[in-house]
Amino acid sequence: MSTSESNLNVKRRALGLNTDWRQYIVYFAFVVVFILFSITLHDDGFLTAGNLLNIVRQTAIIAIMAVAMTFVISAAEIDLSVGSIVALSSLTTALALQANLGLLGAVIAGLGTGLLVGLINGLLVTKVGIPSFLVTLAMMGLVSGVAMWITDTEPVTILDETYVAIFGSGNLGAIPSLLIWLLVIVTIGHILLRKATFGRRTLATGGNQSAARFSGINVARIKLYALMGSGLMAGLAGMLYAGRMHSGRFTFGTGDELSVIAAVILGGTSLFGGVGTVIGTVVGAFLIGVINNGLIIMGLDVSQQMIIKGLIIILAVAFGKKQLSN
Amino acid sequence: MQNSEMVLQMSNICKAFNQNSVLEHVDFELNKGEVHALMGGNGAGKSTLMKILTGIYQKDSGKICIDGSEVQIEKPQDSLAHGIAMIFQEFSVIPALTVAQNVFLNRELKKSNGLIDDKAMIRKTKDILDELKVDINPKSLVSELGTGYWQMTEIAKAVSQNAKILIMDEPTSALTQHETEILFDLINNLKNKGISIIYISHRMDEIYKVSDRITVLRDGKHIMTAESSNLSMDNLVEHIVGKNMENAFTWKERHIAKDKPPALKVKDLKSGSKVNGVSFDLYQGEILGIAGLMGSGRSELVRTLFGVDPLDGGEIIMNGTQLSIKKPKDAIQAGFALIPEDRRIQGLVLDHNVRENIILPILNKVSSRQFIKYDKLDHISEALVKKLNIKTDSIFKRASLLSGGNQQKIVFAKWLASEPNILLLDEPTSGVDIGAKSEIIEIVRELADSGKSIIVISSELQELLAFADRIIVLNNGIVTKELERQDIESEEQLEQAVQGL
Repeated sequence: MSTSESNLNVKRRALGLNTDWRQYIVYFAFVVVFILFSITLHDDGFLTAGNLLNIVRQTAIIAIMAVAMTFVISAAEIDLSVGSIVALSSLTTALALQANLGLLGAVIAGLGTGLLVGLINGLLVTKVGIPSFLVTLAMMGLVSGVAMWITDTEPVTILDETYVAIFGSGNLGAIPSLLIWLLVIVTIGHILLRKATFGRRTLATGGNQSAARFSGINVARIKLYALMGSGLMAGLAGMLYAGRMHSGRFTFGTGDELSVIAAVILGGTSLFGGVGTVIGTVVGAFLIGVINNGLIIMGLDVSQQMIIKGLIIILAVAFGKKQLSN
Repeated sequence: MQNSEMVLQMSNICKAFNQNSVLEHVDFELNKGEVHALMGGNGAGKSTLMKILTGIYQKDSGKICIDGSEVQIEKPQDSLAHGIAMIFQEFSVIPALTVAQNVFLNRELKKSNGLIDDKAMIRKTKDILDELKVDINPKSLVSELGTGYWQMTEIAKAVSQNAKILIMDEPTSALTQHETEILFDLINNLKNKGISIIYISHRMDEIYKVSDRITVLRDGKHIMTAESSNLSMDNLVEHIVGKNMENAFTWKERHIAKDKPPALKVKDLKSGSKVNGVSFDLYQGEILGIAGLMGSGRSELVRTLFGVDPLDGGEIIMNGTQLSIKKPKDAIQAGFALIPEDRRIQGLVLDHNVRENIILPILNKVSSRQFIKYDKLDHISEALVKKLNIKTDSIFKRASLLSGGNQQKIVFAKWLASEPNILLLDEPTSGVDIGAKSEIIEIVRELADSGKSIIVISSELQELLAFADRIIVLNNGIVTKELERQDIESEEQLEQAVQGL
């Protein structure tokens, strides 16, 4: 491409127009789906405040994990263990509360669980050199097993009202606490990716690992941090599940890795690394959330929802692949 | 311009890998503002020497002095700290980031609140680019720029780090003619700024255009260093290969039977915007050269013949029958073989061994009921390795472990195994050393002598003149000139035809 053409692109980007429409398709799709459901499901109460807040509650936890996953995928890695971390951290949090370790103890237990698994993932990927796909696939099984084993598949009830209010069940005025958590994480994630050196280095690592290394970037450390971040946010997600459901349970988070990865890819982050956007990820998560919600209102089963989610991922990856070859 | 202040002195450098001596007492010097070409065949020790300078390898013995004082370079960071920067061939910048973001990668300027200051980085990058007289917008995404500008981004990055010694390894291999000109202007600007350049290339014409001095390595030894202006090309080639190679580059007249109908007749071939109605004949046993500038439609022409690019119009007639070529499989069945321009991407599975690569096109021929007959394959592979003089320990060695010239020979072997009638060669010697180059030229001649018809594209006119029987010149996707080899008196005459003069 000539320099004049690229100058044109610089101007178009400055105006908020991207030469690559695929990066914006998620926003477009979100608006289209939202309007479609608003019309067709109007009489079923899709557009009511109650239902919209419901969508927020159902989506926020996935979106929080997806923000962290954006960094992992931008660094050209993957984390399949998030769903299993959710289950384990919901249980460790509930157990900590049951043991009267207090709010702080619960937070340490929940976040610590996620951080520890993330650390192990990261070390296996960077020090032992196993591809993240395999490490986290194995970890998914391992952590799920631990989650079933520690309470012998029994759920653990949470009675601490303060905990459940802060983590997932409460409201601040009309705003659900889940939404506040989401806004905080998205803001931090967005600044970290766009404006902080860590984000720039993450994108460089995923974009061209050898070039990043020759620029003096500690590629292994970037990947380690990205995987630890993903574990940490999955730990937080487990705590929010626990708060929302007033219990810890080994079934929480099952299959969430699918929704999380779908949200990131739909949002415009390249599965091949180097290109990532936190805002796109959140919109991607909400697109899935709205579709799920609409399908429930229409009366579709969980099985049908899963089929549609799978199709969405295939479509999203197909688009992502085109983006690469272009 | 002449400034004898020495910025770098490497003396008595030795390096061995497992008792295998790669460098033996090598000396190398670099003056301030000098472009010093480093030449030698594959395995001569150029890359090892540069890897020692950039801290990727450690020298076993010897001394490195920068600005007169001895330095220890133990890791890449040490090398950078001493102002040495390697400009990698390509793919060394991050396409998804902007030019400014790449220039300041991992050294981002920050605001007082700790966040990245993109505006300041854009401003500073612009200053550097202006100083180097390079017309790139710092806000452009690197992926939007031509590959030539990727390298300039890399150079700007080095300059922003106050590098005083730049190492360029085959910097023009991915560049178009126009981009090469821009790079040479840039090199001049760098020299004027007092920056010294170590320039590695196999391309003779470039070396003479750009370098002040030339050092030749062979088999890990320093052979000679001389002023470029005092060294004839023949002399230089002799130093590089260690024996007189002139035979390979001397054209031999070959007899082509043109009383018979042509083996291939191409009529008014059209494809996309690059091939706009090309017609030519190709006779059996003939080597037809295609010359033309970058973007003249040369590669697109052979890609269309091979069914890679769509055929939008025209006829391809082989031995009197019109062919319908819609995909490479059709072309292969008709007897075409294409040796593509970028062998690493299009020609080889680098992680597979020599045999696996060679047998790929002939799997069907040597299988029965889907089972591969390996003993037969070993036999074919061994024979081809021997015929083409491929230097490998065995047919089970990984292709990625062989030198560029030997890799290119594997690509030849691969297509010879399929016994094609018409060979399409796109830059068959790009990136291979002069020794392998002369062998490849010899192989092409032998193939033509054995009755195969060959179409060869080359940017190196000297090479084209060495083996083509006839040359057609392309410009904007049409044939602008057709020259019999015996009517071409000099390289200049062909160059003028290519430039459209």
